[in-house]
Amino acid sequence: MKVTQGQFSFLPDLTDDEIKMQIEYALNQGYAVAIEYTDDPHPRNVFWSMWGNPMFDLRDPAGAMMELEACRAEHGGKYIKILAFDSKKGWESVRLSFMVNRPAFEPGFELVRQEGPGRQLRYTLRSHSTSRAPVSEPSL
Amino acid sequence: MDTLPPGDKITDMKERYRSGVLKYRQMGYWEPEYEPKDTDVLAVFRISPQDGVDPEEAAAAVAGESSTATWTVVWTDRLTACEYYRAKAYKVEAVPGQEGQWFAYIAYDLDLFEEGSIANLTASIIGNVFGFKPLKALRLEDMRIPPHYLKTFQGPATGIVVERERLNCFGRPLLGATMKPKLGLSGRNYGRVVYEALKGGLDFTKDDENINSQPFMHWRDRYLYCMEGVNKAMAETGEVKGTYLNVTAGTMEEMYERAEFAKALGSVIIMIDLVIGYTAIQSMAKWARKNDMILHLHRAGHGTYTRQKNHGISFRVIAKWMRMAGVDHIHAGTVVGKLEGDPAVIAGIYDTCREIYVKKDLTHGVFFDQPWASLKRMMPVASGGIHAGQMHQLLTYLGEDVILQFGGGTIGHPDGIQAGAQANRVALETIVKARNEGRDIWNEGPQILSEAAKWCRPLRAALDTWKDVTFNYASTDSVDFVPTPTPA
Amino acid sequence: MSELIDLDAIYAKSSIGATIDALDVDLVGLVPVKTRIREIAALLLVESARRELGLQAEPPSLHMCFTGNPGTGKTTVAQRMAEILHQLGYIRRNHVVTASRDDLVGQYIGHTAPKTKEILKKAMGGVLFIDEAYYLYKPENERDYGQEAIEILLQVMEDRRDDLVVILAGYKDRMDIFFRSNPGMASRIAHHIDFPDYSQDELISISELMLEKMHYRLSEDAVPVLRDYIARRMQQPRFSNARSIRNALDRARLRQANRLFANRGTPFARSALEIIEADDIRQSRVFTQ
Repeated sequence: MKVTQGQFSFLPDLTDDEIKMQIEYALNQGYAVAIEYTDDPHPRNVFWSMWGNPMFDLRDPAGAMMELEACRAEHGGKYIKILAFDSKKGWESVRLSFMVNRPAFEPGFELVRQEGPGRQLRYTLRSHSTSRAPVSEPSL
Repeated sequence: MDTLPPGDKITDMKERYRSGVLKYRQMGYWEPEYEPKDTDVLAVFRISPQDGVDPEEAAAAVAGESSTATWTVVWTDRLTACEYYRAKAYKVEAVPGQEGQWFAYIAYDLDLFEEGSIANLTASIIGNVFGFKPLKALRLEDMRIPPHYLKTFQGPATGIVVERERLNCFGRPLLGATMKPKLGLSGRNYGRVVYEALKGGLDFTKDDENINSQPFMHWRDRYLYCMEGVNKAMAETGEVKGTYLNVTAGTMEEMYERAEFAKALGSVIIMIDLVIGYTAIQSMAKWARKNDMILHLHRAGHGTYTRQKNHGISFRVIAKWMRMAGVDHIHAGTVVGKLEGDPAVIAGIYDTCREIYVKKDLTHGVFFDQPWASLKRMMPVASGGIHAGQMHQLLTYLGEDVILQFGGGTIGHPDGIQAGAQANRVALETIVKARNEGRDIWNEGPQILSEAAKWCRPLRAALDTWKDVTFNYASTDSVDFVPTPTPA
Repeated sequence: MSELIDLDAIYAKSSIGATIDALDVDLVGLVPVKTRIREIAALLLVESARRELGLQAEPPSLHMCFTGNPGTGKTTVAQRMAEILHQLGYIRRNHVVTASRDDLVGQYIGHTAPKTKEILKKAMGGVLFIDEAYYLYKPENERDYGQEAIEILLQVMEDRRDDLVVILAGYKDRMDIFFRSNPGMASRIAHHIDFPDYSQDELISISELMLEKMHYRLSEDAVPVLRDYIARRMQQPRFSNARSIRNALDRARLRQANRLFANRGTPFARSALEIIEADDIRQSRVFTQ
């Protein structure tokens, strides 16, 4: 399956030049750009690992691209997304979010149905990627 | 406008309160020198007086009938500080290019209204006055609600920012579709359509306004099948999905029961219709805030009083009231679709929904500066006769904080519902990406879309199927002020 | 190839001419510096022409080193250089981010890399100007974190030539020692520009230029006093060329203001507000030491 979170998941994977243009757009809007990665793309997994702090005061996408390269070198087998934060009054939230890396094989999710009275079902989504036992102590 | 001849307003108390019929302006409802206070509620009406009725007198009458007056003099006025409670018509302007129509500006003191009650506000402003005989027609064009009064309202239960955070969807319009046919599907078949559309790439599906609990599909049945579709689509895409479960019913008790069940099933959103009434809407907004639920409003019925320019209420004002009442989504026009929508009027309505400060702009039909006092932003919904081939126009006109609903444009796709949804999603992402890259989507849009259609067959089919569909009829609701071209 | 190359057209299109001319107006003297900038500009212009024809070699290394005493115009020239590079398309943004050791080097393990990278990221697209770059290298402390900053810098200077131009600046003698100990750095610097000290006449012209910009002028009596002041100041320790002149003028403005305030009972002509008198300069400690 293909996880289709983010702004551009229905398009062919963005090339680095295309990613650069999106970052440039974010910088022109005055947003701070951030990189986050995870191996668990559960739709309610809000807090992916941060690849460093959001990058404030960038003038050019090259700096963010350097970090993206570094993040890919270390977490190439994971989901990586680029986010842009807007600190303007009344927004103060994420304004852009798009995937820039995904694993070669996407394990997807299991939909667990728990039956209740009156035909009611309780649904749980379980990420296949987290169903394995950890192979080593998680690092901090 | 000429000011009153001296002595027209009767200030001698003995004279004024002699029994009999008095002119409204003599009673003090016309005050051209009045400077509205920051705390006043302001309204501008379009008035069409009966032949022979002076526009200032008509404006004063509107002020009177929408506040303290009755048709005759009452001595009990003298038991109150009536000067203070009287609404004041303070300006009358001829409507440009419209014989026999005037804009009447009226100021209302804050103390005329109960805090946090749209019902009370509207009982005055659009109460008896709309049936008043000396006027041929009357239309409420716009209002300025002072922050002092705004702050007594909850405002949108969720708001655009929190909605996006909850849905994990940023930087692009949201995509939805209304389930079709509107009536007659069984719960199980209906849920199938929900699943297919969400799986295909939509964020939301939607009950239509008249889907409640009919013999062919009772509400519980619908909710259960819809939520199966939502959860299955989430598992297969990794995205947060939702379906607007319409909780509209005959009584508040039934609506609460349905809303509670939607919550128990894990729905992120419920829906109500405008026809349930202002008080019911406010109640559901409070319920939604309390239960972390997004509240979608379908504006069923508004066309009966918003479309005609000379009589009724501008939808701008309805949008304003609904933002105060506390809904999160509101159908607000498409510009390009099958339903009423002049671009300038729509711009004014969208600003009213989404901005935190709306500047006066007569070319958008906005008559007053309106600060929103941190009431949350409300997400406008564009729905009705729109399709993937218009994506560049929709993004240009409506911006990115909007829900684009393609009902027929999804379900009517020749290759099926999933293909329809995919076509819309690809068209949307393509156009947003192109805009961010700095391309001129207004002019290059069709070309950008056909480039994407080379690798996306469903989009190709959508563009071919609907390429000639447009609804080019003149709008009945348009603005009266056109921008003057700036001299070169 | 029979095609004719119109270098002048490329030159005109880039509008670097105006930038170089502005350098002459803004900066007094510095003849050897201006000559070097013209040479570099010519090189880059020709390289642009070659690129347009597809004669692509490795992107030229553009990192530079500006050496000279304080106040000799290194920062100003760095701004101008950024403009020229930008006009010729060698950098994407016309900006200079200035940093010194404290901005780059951390206090504890793991602190330096993020600090250095943050500055690098902010500078990318334009010019990073590292003032007194030799402080990054402290041979007396072999565990100094400066070395880490140098290594990250070197890597970015090598791998991201298209994204960043680094200009190192500082005293010539210390920079020479720095390069001897860091041959990797030396080999990545393509252009060295040495900024000479200003002559006494140049400093006079500089002070006139500065006063003009601040809307002041010297009284007739004050001119020889300032000349005398400059001659004395140049002999004293910590003389830093144009910067010392600016400081001296700032102090003279202070004295002028005090003088006018002390005599506030008597009305005076508007011109008095603009004039620096001989006494405003003569009261300097330079004359008593």
